[in-house]
Amino acid sequence: MTEVFRLDRVSKKYINDGREFLALKDVSLSISEGEIFGIIGMSGAGKSTLVRTLNRLEDVTSGTISFYGQDLGSLNARDVRKVRRNIAMIFQSFNLLQQRSVLSNVMQPLRIAGVRGNERKEKALEMLRVVGLEDKKDEYPSRLSGGQRQRVAIARALASEPKVLLCDEATSALDPKMTSEILDLLKDINRTRKLTIVIITHEMSVVEKICDRVAIIDSGMLAEAGEVKSIFADPQSEAARKLVFPSNPFDPSEKDSRLIRLVFDGLSAGRPFIAELVEKTGHKVNILSANTRSVGGIGYGQMVLELPKGEEEQIIGFFKDRGLSVQEVKHSEQLHS
Amino acid sequence: MSSYIVEAIKNGIFETLQMTFFASLLSYVIGLPLGILLYSTSKGRILSNRPLNLIFGLIVNICRSLPFLILLVLLIPFTRFVTGSSIGTTASIVPLTVGAVPIVARMVESSLSEVSPGIIEAAVSMGASPIYIIVHFILPEATPSLLFGAAINISTVLGYSAMAGVIGGGGLGAIALQYGYYRYQKDVLWTTVTLLIIMVMTIQEGGNMIAKKARK
Ligand SMILES: Nc1ncnc2c1ncn2[C@@H]1O[C@H](COP(=O)(O)OP(=O)(O)O)[C@@H](O)[C@H]1O
Ligand SMILES: [Mg+2]
Repeated sequence: MTEVFRLDRVSKKYINDGREFLALKDVSLSISEGEIFGIIGMSGAGKSTLVRTLNRLEDVTSGTISFYGQDLGSLNARDVRKVRRNIAMIFQSFNLLQQRSVLSNVMQPLRIAGVRGNERKEKALEMLRVVGLEDKKDEYPSRLSGGQRQRVAIARALASEPKVLLCDEATSALDPKMTSEILDLLKDINRTRKLTIVIITHEMSVVEKICDRVAIIDSGMLAEAGEVKSIFADPQSEAARKLVFPSNPFDPSEKDSRLIRLVFDGLSAGRPFIAELVEKTGHKVNILSANTRSVGGIGYGQMVLELPKGEEEQIIGFFKDRGLSVQEVKHSEQLHS
Repeated sequence: MSSYIVEAIKNGIFETLQMTFFASLLSYVIGLPLGILLYSTSKGRILSNRPLNLIFGLIVNICRSLPFLILLVLLIPFTRFVTGSSIGTTASIVPLTVGAVPIVARMVESSLSEVSPGIIEAAVSMGASPIYIIVHFILPEATPSLLFGAAINISTVLGYSAMAGVIGGGGLGAIALQYGYYRYQKDVLWTTVTLLIIMVMTIQEGGNMIAKKARK
């Protein structure tokens, strides 16, 4: 698979009034052609900084970033501008020209690329058709809804036929319905135009809905990266668990009881394991939290149980025999998460 | 009022408009690029250049802190050098322009600063050059604000043009001074003052209306 971006031990230090702040620490990643790659993390984790290094809106302090094998750090200003035409970007606040019509906005990147007048207009109209806003071509952005504005921004981003689309919290200013529509549109564009998409978000639901792979950023560091499915099924890092698992479980009834987390995947989610446990063995467990979600059309679920004293091993054995993933959970983790 | 005074006032209106028009035009020819320079070379902007910004900023600040009347006097030799005379309507255009340039420059700088950084970031991410960004992103976005600023600037120049009458400029200011002040013709004084007020207000309100129309 062709590699679009390769980040090798990337660090970024900001210096403000003599005070240093390390926004990215030793981040190494690889993003492949045609995939939808998610970058998720809490607010302030360094996601925007990371995505802005990908088109050199931000220079890295150390490490290297290559784009189709070309070291971005080695390019001069003119070459950076050329490369940027292959890396389109959309933003949380849309960033459309308020004083220009929708059509004129979409034509901007074509004009920058030196495309001639008539061809420019044709191409821009074609892009507006792709996002379903051809009838709004003469409107001004202030008269459009948030979802429509983001569609215009997407049309604008696609106009110069980029290889990659970077989305920095592109749906964070939108309501759930519009978010869903924009994500569907992005997925569609990814499929039909073979466009590589990098999505920055703080919402797990966005990753769930359209990403193939995801990287989790925590305080400037890469906590974990991999297939969305496997991270949902079995998150390894604390940061990933916080994002994947619910944040307000019940308190355990006893301070020193053992807690376990059961993770189901599409195959096992349909079976009533807790009922079976009670029926077959007579052991009773206390359910502290449970939730299910659908990732790429497959159901996932996880449940945190408090085990009765003295019966722990038998219960764990029961679940393991049935092929479920069982993880020990610390009380502290349960309370903090 | 005798007919020759009415004639003089009519002529004065014409001269005032003439001075205001040319001085405003010239002050934008110089002040607009200067304002763009002040904006784009300041810290964190697309052509950030500290020494250049400091030098231009200093020149603008010095010119702006001089009272206009002092500037008029100081500029007499320069005006004579440029126009061949230091009195009359044409001569007044020189100090009016010099006085208005720093104000225009600062006003332009402030209008451009209002453009959202996000729009500039979007332009940069499209691979646009700094000059392209100024011409095709920043200036169009700032247009309504620039027009509001222009309304203020032009009416200020008109007010200053009356002051230029003091040292031999033409226009309504000179008439007010000659007839109203030196000859105690109160009716002439009040007529010219009223006319000046109406002209300033027309420019200001007309400008605001155009600026509002321009805002999409
Ligand atoms: N230009 C800057 N100067 C100094 N600190 C910055 C700058 N930009 C971002 N930061 C800091 O870097 C950290 C990461 O910011 P950011 O990448 O925007 O986070 P995220 O997008 O994940 O919310 C934050 O603590 C932020 O305050
Ligand atoms: Mg951010």
